[in-house]
Amino acid sequence: MTVAFQHRQSAHCESGVAANLLGYLGLEVSEALTFGIGAGLFFAYLPFIRVNYLPLVTYRSKPGEILRKATGRLGVRVTSRRFRSRTEARAALDESLDQGRPVGLQTGVFWLPYFPPALRFHFNAHNLVVYGREGESYRISDPVLDTPVLCPADDLERARFAEGPLAPRGRIYSLQPGERPLDLAGAVRAGLRETARAMVKTPVPLLGVRGIRYLAGQLERWPQKLGTERAGRYLGQVIRMQEEIGTGGGGFRFVYAAFLQEAAAILELPRLFDLSREMTTTGDRWREFALLAARRCKGRGDLADLEPLAFVLRDCAAREEAIFRELLTLV
Amino acid sequence: MKETDVPQDQAILGPWHEICYALDEGGRYVLAPSAGWDPANLANRQAWETIAAEVARAVSAVRRGVESPLSYHMAVQQMDVALLARYVKLSRWRVRRHLRPEIFRKLNPQLRERYAAVFRLAAADLDRLPEHPEIACEVLGGEAPAP
Repeated sequence: MTVAFQHRQSAHCESGVAANLLGYLGLEVSEALTFGIGAGLFFAYLPFIRVNYLPLVTYRSKPGEILRKATGRLGVRVTSRRFRSRTEARAALDESLDQGRPVGLQTGVFWLPYFPPALRFHFNAHNLVVYGREGESYRISDPVLDTPVLCPADDLERARFAEGPLAPRGRIYSLQPGERPLDLAGAVRAGLRETARAMVKTPVPLLGVRGIRYLAGQLERWPQKLGTERAGRYLGQVIRMQEEIGTGGGGFRFVYAAFLQEAAAILELPRLFDLSREMTTTGDRWREFALLAARRCKGRGDLADLEPLAFVLRDCAAREEAIFRELLTLV
Repeated sequence: MKETDVPQDQAILGPWHEICYALDEGGRYVLAPSAGWDPANLANRQAWETIAAEVARAVSAVRRGVESPLSYHMAVQQMDVALLARYVKLSRWRVRRHLRPEIFRKLNPQLRERYAAVFRLAAADLDRLPEHPEIACEVLGGEAPAP
């Protein structure tokens, strides 16, 4: 049983799956547009949450939110289920496929045999689409890969029931057309407004542009506080969250710049083209930050002096603040 | 970032490519495949070195008889006690107890089966430590971690 499903590789798993499933419903939207409408861009530095004993840095909103918000704003309904029993989880998947419906799955990446080995960590908020079954394997459109793959049922089941933070508990979801007529411009506006507010209007100093500045201040003190070895590992973690597969480069800033270009055309607001260019420059600055940080991790450049890195971060914060403040006046 | 500047530093992705968003000549965003980027590769490698170091530590502790072989399997699977406990559906303190060699030696067969299933091993192989622990050697460029 295989559904005719169009696989498109994308930068990020969640916006990619959302865009591909929306495309299956006949709503041709790009990944960037889905990412923007779903208000995917964000920044938060949450040192009290640890990932592998390292502080959490994120360049995106909470897992699951992009799909929820993008579909909601586009007037599409999402039915989502979690399971206690593996048998039921598999039966629900098979039933969807038998009815000719592709489904989105939340999985861990650690148990996925087709995943690039270097990226197989215990990360549980991965998304993929299952669109067919062949014997004891499933046909999977994983947006991170260039082509669809076959995955043995047992491995997929393990991935669906991965344990630990954000455990998927077999979550599957599918989209149905909603009753509301499509208001693309309204959806784009809502997405823009939410991201802009989250970036410049949150009262919490760890979130949005204030979070970037907070990280800058903390990072300057890492070498003294943690010693150079651990400071190096902290830096490495920031680079990974920003650049490791799935962000499209520059911690999602380039994806967002692509979204702003599309938004400019949809809303007929040429000024958004300029802001897209600004966002591209900001993304380039984030890349510079990663480059400087990596040089220090490698032992070239002084790990005791992270001041130049903090300087670039503050520049990123200032640029993003200007962009989002102006966005708030525009939409 | 311009399309022509999209980095192609192959290292960790092998034959795979990731998608970068970059500007074409006309200043329009396009999706450009990238074989990888050195700073990201370096950070990834650093993460694997941490895992390899933990495996090496566990191997040495098991060989010295300070910890049970469970400790080694746990490290190879990038798990800590909390995560392993979730997988075998035992409380954390029980898993922690099973890390003691004298307790693990007397572990009942059903529990051994449960651990083995999580690690995808035969129960008999739980006690075996490979001569050269093979953790992610391909990822670290073929180097076996120091024993």
